Amino acid sequence: MSEKHIITLTVNGVTHTAEAEPRMHLGDFLRLELALTGTHLGCEHGVCGACTVLVGGEAVRSCLMLAVQADGARVTTIEGIAAADGSLHPLQAAFHAHHGLQCGFCTPGMIMSLAAYLRDHPGAGEAELRDALSGNICRCTGYQAIIESGLAAARAMGGKAD
Amino acid sequence: MKAAPFSYHAPSSVDEAVGLLGRLEDAKILAGGQSLVPMMNMRFVQPSHLIDINGLDELAAISRADGAVGIGAMTRQAALMQSDVIARDLPVMADALVHVGHFQTRNRGTIGGSLCHLDPAAELAAVAALYDAEITVAGGGGTRVVPFAEWPLGYMMPSLAPEELATEITFPLWPAAPGHAFVEFSRRHGDFAIVAVGCLMVVDAAGAISRVAIAVAGADQVVRRLAGVEAALVGETADAGTFAEASRLAGEMNAMDDAHVSAGYRQRLARVLTERALGEAARRAGAGARI
Repeated sequence: MSEKHIITLTVNGVTHTAEAEPRMHLGDFLRLELALTGTHLGCEHGVCGACTVLVGGEAVRSCLMLAVQADGARVTTIEGIAAADGSLHPLQAAFHAHHGLQCGFCTPGMIMSLAAYLRDHPGAGEAELRDALSGNICRCTGYQAIIESGLAAARAMGGKAD
Repeated sequence: MKAAPFSYHAPSSVDEAVGLLGRLEDAKILAGGQSLVPMMNMRFVQPSHLIDINGLDELAAISRADGAVGIGAMTRQAALMQSDVIARDLPVMADALVHVGHFQTRNRGTIGGSLCHLDPAAELAAVAALYDAEITVAGGGGTRVVPFAEWPLGYMMPSLAPEELATEITFPLWPAAPGHAFVEFSRRHGDFAIVAVGCLMVVDAAGAISRVAIAVAGADQVVRRLAGVEAALVGETADAGTFAEASRLAGEMNAMDDAHVSAGYRQRLARVLTERALGEAARRAGAGARI
């Protein structure tokens, strides 16, 4: 039982083929097999949101999806959202400018969640962002600066936030 | 924490999935995984085989026919929230979904997974109870249809044999579109409900309640319809006094204690939330002037 499966998936535009044991979740696969350690694993039962990545463009908990389920999928992680020339994504720039992180552990999940949310809700205001981030936990309790960062990013991304 | 080892199967049809369920010992169906995978990661559940039905697109359709809405078991909660059919014909489901986890979990979580996991606080189970929804179940000997009233056998235990697979949930619509409400109390947004109450109501031209349904999640070990309260309301005038009196009855429902809150606290919430839900449903049913 538990034989390994060979999976092929595209992560941040790069196609990878690798072996995965069925019980390995996508978050561990990204970190341990592909060495993409920007995705952080906090609770591993879907509560903290730190491991959020985009699968097929949609934000999901990478601890609650098996790597074998991502066979054929298009995955985007925090390593994949800056521009090709290295210039920061508007969310990364805003989190930097507005001190949207303290220890930084929750930050990849915050940014990936917001990247999907602001794409789908470009005019989102503070109440919407607080709702959207209710499934992302920050134990530095820095939510105020995170929301300010999200609102600034929404403005920079062309929405009409505020 | 990491899940214990298991074998993984990804069938390409319902028949193949049912065949695997019948053949494999100690197998579990993997739908959206937003409840099962946490339980596996914590090793509360250690199946020998996982049968992943995420590839079964045939189970992800929303259809409207014959006065009913049919929803494939693998329909994602996010898809339900975005559906025009749900918004028009089952607006109480759209209201309930706002309380189901977070947008990231709704991108994976499914209606069939929710009804088969059958958490006592599950909002979608409360909506199924309101509509007397019917669950279609496929097994080795064909399919059968289970009315929601017979679906929960006990705490987190649906009427589903180990070799069976839920494929579709059918919501029979009311002849006259009811007013609706879904109200919930939880400690934090997106947490499990401590208590949630859904309500459907039709008010006639004279201002009397002609039909009403009330479902309560989170209070008891399974989602409950409050048939006694509903019976007491039919024929009464849809006004605040009627709702206050009926809600006192709701507060007498059976409720459970747990590490977080007492049964008495849940009963009080059942009363308060029932009163709010009745008022909101009545307003939407056109009884505004009297509330």
